[in-house]
Amino acid sequence: MKHTLAVLVENKPGVLARVSGLFSRRGFNIESLAVGTTEDLTVSRMTIVVAGDDRVLAQVTSQLGKLIDVISISDLPPDESVDRGLALIKVAADTETRSEIMQIADIFRAKIIDVGAETLIVEVTGDQAKIVAITDMLDRFGIRELVRTGRIAMSRGTKMITGGNI
Amino acid sequence: MTDTSISGAKALIACLRNEGVDTIFGYPGGVLLPLYDELYDSDIRHILVRHEQGAAHAADGYARATGKVGVCLATSGPGATNLVTGIANAYMDSVPIVAITGQVPTPMIGNDAFQEADITGITLPITKHNYLIKNINDLPWVVKEAFYIASTGRPGPVLIDLPKDITTEEFEFEYPKRVYLRGYHPDIAVDNDRVKRAASMIRESKRPVIYAGGGVIISNAASELLKLAETIMAPVTTTLLGIGAFPGTHQLALGMPGMHGTKYANYAIQESDLLITVGARFDDRVTGKIDAFAPHAKVIHIDIDPAEIGKNIRVDLPIIGNAGPVMQSLGSHLQGMQTRSQEWLAKIAAWKKEQPLQYNRSENVIKPQQVVQEFYDACPDAIIVTEVGQNQMWAAQYFKFESPRTFITSGGLGTMGYGFPAAMGAKVGCPDKTVIDIAGDGSFQMMSQELATVAKNDIKVIVAILNNGNLGMVRQWQQLFFDERYSYTNIADSVDFVKLAEAYGLIGIRVDEPSGISSAISEALAADRTVVIDFVVDPMENVFPMVPAGAAINEILDLEVAS
Ligand SMILES: Cc1ncc(C[n+]2csc(CCOP(=O)(O)OP(=O)(O)O)c2C)c(N)n1
Ligand SMILES: [Mg+2]
Repeated sequence: MKHTLAVLVENKPGVLARVSGLFSRRGFNIESLAVGTTEDLTVSRMTIVVAGDDRVLAQVTSQLGKLIDVISISDLPPDESVDRGLALIKVAADTETRSEIMQIADIFRAKIIDVGAETLIVEVTGDQAKIVAITDMLDRFGIRELVRTGRIAMSRGTKMITGGNI
Repeated sequence: MTDTSISGAKALIACLRNEGVDTIFGYPGGVLLPLYDELYDSDIRHILVRHEQGAAHAADGYARATGKVGVCLATSGPGATNLVTGIANAYMDSVPIVAITGQVPTPMIGNDAFQEADITGITLPITKHNYLIKNINDLPWVVKEAFYIASTGRPGPVLIDLPKDITTEEFEFEYPKRVYLRGYHPDIAVDNDRVKRAASMIRESKRPVIYAGGGVIISNAASELLKLAETIMAPVTTTLLGIGAFPGTHQLALGMPGMHGTKYANYAIQESDLLITVGARFDDRVTGKIDAFAPHAKVIHIDIDPAEIGKNIRVDLPIIGNAGPVMQSLGSHLQGMQTRSQEWLAKIAAWKKEQPLQYNRSENVIKPQQVVQEFYDACPDAIIVTEVGQNQMWAAQYFKFESPRTFITSGGLGTMGYGFPAAMGAKVGCPDKTVIDIAGDGSFQMMSQELATVAKNDIKVIVAILNNGNLGMVRQWQQLFFDERYSYTNIADSVDFVKLAEAYGLIGIRVDEPSGISSAISEALAADRTVVIDFVVDPMENVFPMVPAGAAINEILDLEVAS
């Protein structure tokens, strides 16, 4: 089981080390972690994807909750939230393959953001499945380099997770 | 700079005064010179230790004995790293201490400057929280928060790293009146619905056992525990850190559970149908083989720390909250409860009678258990501090503790060398109490340099070394589980402890036969300074009962007692 957590933390130095240190120390597996500031500049938001059953999730949540700099923790169920990640994929391309790669990018609504003599850089945004799918499709042309962001997630509709409402 | 501005060093002392700090255990160094210069004129008592680990343990002992926050102070680099064991020890046992460390000046941080160590990084996993002050204006609220965090909720150590330039910079000082921490809410209201459910589970139970831990003592909830136990007439087992939370001589007292617990405590847990857990955490030394622990029992778990719920064991009813108010509320729901059948208590009484704690007495050689018993006879209300090993278990088993904060021991970390400096701290905090360190010859040698501290500061404690010439607890395991291959556990004749005490201007007494125990104790109690008693005890004595590691807690080894 995977769980996506939205964790609001104080925007202070060292907070990331406290959170990541806790995960490694307690043997929790982080699948993905993304962090950035929010609408409130004193608050940062981490999106953490962890693998584990409900018991692990309970431990993760309560251990995180003990960190003084952690303000709130919300579990984002997949059917009630959206998540996105971004990937930059450098693919080998020559005159023969270039147009085919561009077509594939098009189908995935990805963008070509750099064109070199022997490569293209494809930028794709989407959920986990979409990024895996395009990566698989481009694999046969030869992926030279791949970089991905951590996933970020948000609950659907009016439900809000903000620093102010806790 | 205006006329009213003061230096960071002066401000720190003002902050500490505001927090009611009367004593600091510390050791100076280069980056602390400005702060020590201020301490020189301060009315805060500074006790100069001989090793920073001693300062951390002393602050810990002070905190456990008094319930107040203990404070220790060390310089940057090696001074700070010397605190680490003491901080880890306090973290494992949830002891409120504030550790202040000097740091190299802010512009030099990160450059591997002389005596620089990343102490906030190093102590990240062993503090409840820590701070590196980089701006002098942060100093007042950091200190305020540190004391608040250390002492509330589940207490624990907080470290403040203070760069030298911050101590000399001047600023307009004002101490904050309150703290505002949006990520920390230690006050938890009692959940009445859950308490009601707990009450009905207790009413339905036929064989309840209360399993009480250190949380009861931290919460100052011994009277609530006593009341609850008497209301529902349930036997009470107290963990190593819970000893003193329930009167040891009470008919409902089961003593300690687990590896070296009483047989009747372990049997009671194993046959129980309801385990009422208060401020305890199902440590592996208590549960033994976890799958076989309390197999028939439903589990109620009252704890202030939600992360303890379900960590080691499945819980039927968790109640997050402060032990005192929760037990009080629970007790009020059970007022006038129909007393259940006497069968359960009769069964326990029979176990107690038939399978008591026991050892083979001797006329010629001193049995360590007898030393503990004679201390109990001579001074039953003393504060007993222990080292780690067999000495610790015998102290826990054979002294009968009637009240909280009278048994002080390193539980979670099991730190040899803890006892003596912690005893020193306990005595400073409770000058009117008799304080005794029940020591092992190995452990005592890890912090014996603090004899200078007690001598120079007129701190009187009694160090009772149960001198078996061995790292006894390890030797016991080698005897029982490693074919008597005594690999590097013999430490006989390390030092003459009597002469060692005398070398520091203190009193040393050697006792090598059982008839001499009581007079040595009387002499030590009457002495005007710290006394080290070297009890030469049976080197082969073992701690029993014993549940081997990994076994269920009713699979107990015990010795043959000669009748
Ligand atoms: C700092 C530290 N090092 C090692 C150990 C492992 N250890 C546990 S008990 C023990 C022997 C303690 O010997 P002593 O103080 O003489 O006590 P005894 O068991 O003989 O009463 C050892 C080495 C420990 N607990 N702490
Ligand atoms: Mg020994």
